[in-house]
Amino acid sequence: MTAQRCVAEGLFEWPSPEPRVQASRCDRCAFITFPAQDACPSCGGDAVTPTLLSRTGTLWTWTRQRFQPKNPPYLGREPAAEFVPYGVGFIELPEGRIEARLAGDVDQELRIGMPMELTVVPFASDEDGTEVLTYAFRPVAES
Amino acid sequence: MDNVAIIGVGRHPFGRFPGVSAIEMAAKAVRLALQDAGITWKDVQFAFGGSYEVDNPDAVVNFLGLTGLPFTDVYNGCATAASALTQAANTLRLGEYDLGMAIGMDKHLPGAFAADPVQYGVPSWYGETGLFLTPKFFAMKIQRYMHDFDISPRTLARVAAKNYRNGALNPDAFRRQTLSEEQILESPMVNDPLTQYMFCSPDEGAAAVVLCRAEIAHRFTSTPVYLKASVVRTRRLGAFEVHSPWLPLERADAPTVDASRAAYAMAGLGPEDVDVVQLQDTDAGAEVIHMAENGFCKDGEQEALLAGGATEIGGSLPINTDGGLIANGEPIGASGLRQVHELVLQLRGTAGDRQVPGTPRVGYSQLYGAPGTAGVAIVST
Repeated sequence: MTAQRCVAEGLFEWPSPEPRVQASRCDRCAFITFPAQDACPSCGGDAVTPTLLSRTGTLWTWTRQRFQPKNPPYLGREPAAEFVPYGVGFIELPEGRIEARLAGDVDQELRIGMPMELTVVPFASDEDGTEVLTYAFRPVAES
Repeated sequence: MDNVAIIGVGRHPFGRFPGVSAIEMAAKAVRLALQDAGITWKDVQFAFGGSYEVDNPDAVVNFLGLTGLPFTDVYNGCATAASALTQAANTLRLGEYDLGMAIGMDKHLPGAFAADPVQYGVPSWYGETGLFLTPKFFAMKIQRYMHDFDISPRTLARVAAKNYRNGALNPDAFRRQTLSEEQILESPMVNDPLTQYMFCSPDEGAAAVVLCRAEIAHRFTSTPVYLKASVVRTRRLGAFEVHSPWLPLERADAPTVDASRAAYAMAGLGPEDVDVVQLQDTDAGAEVIHMAENGFCKDGEQEALLAGGATEIGGSLPINTDGGLIANGEPIGASGLRQVHELVLQLRGTAGDRQVPGTPRVGYSQLYGAPGTAGVAIVST
């Protein structure tokens, strides 16, 4: 089995059957922000408590990243010809709108307002072959 | 405010200049501005110099003369030039000096800007996962805007085609080839809905402006242009901003809106008074959004305004008459002074092939960039 690691400690729950992304809530004004940070961007308070964000929401805006980002800071190390474009969007959750890579084929149909759910995907590999994981959102299969 | 005048402007062409340093380009722009004002470098009592790539813009004195003047270097993202201009104007208002300069220069590598996200207040993973990119932010902002206000891809192509057409009339522009709307729409998709030819590119160049206290402007020129307002603002919580992975549900106006309102108030003017406009067209969508953010139309009216040619040089609301960022590229430190250079030529009536007809009296310029900083300047005769 391929070794895996999360791109950042404390960014999302893993391993988990239903992973959630971690944010922070201000102890003073209850403002929620992502990524979690130790001060509040709303009131400037410096006491916060970790909180988990909802796993489902709707697509608020989107684009497709069709050129390979520069490495660094991007971790992808594949030759330019092997770069696999990916979707990017903001997902509107009950707590706020979160930016995320979109899981699935880059050319899948995307539409503002469509239901989305959280997933965890490998997006790059370390030199020793360890897969690097990040959170992403994918369209919810509509029945 | 009527207490600061612009009496000289100069620019080095924007583009690619192998073997020429940003500081050498700045020296050329300064010489042209000094010549325009009819003064020499030793008459300059202070200067502000802006750049992203150059640590010490003040090193330009090596080519101009080591006069010992106070020279302060500034960097403020895409609003760097607005910051240099604002600081220069405020320095004159303090009353200690009569005449000073704002100078901008840069020399960027080709391709989208790459940097360390940690230096922008966001964690490393944001860059590592391929999210720390400015073009995709602008794409997502216009994607949502097109959805909310019924703007078509054709309108984006019209903006870009206009700016290439204007650039073709400007000998100092980077991109001087006209492109049809079809060529723009059919160029490779970079970040949907924005194609390759809808984006500006980082490049190289310099620009310089000589300012003085308004009451002495007529010693130097019979055609002073007054700096009525120069304002910088940063994002408030709830604004949709570049390099920010979180957007609260409760929205706030963009920093451009805040800067624009403050500038109009300072100038005692409104958008209806403006005759010629320079907007931050990082991409064609940004120009569309910035038309509304700066008060020149309501959200959604851009579709009809572009279709009717309102923003052409001969239209009712000429925008980016020198080709904007799309045709000039963006040497960050110089970009805002390039806008002021163009407005001064337009208000003097010396813009040549791209001169706005009639007698434009009020000019307006706006900058916007990472991580959510905007600058607005208003000038008038």
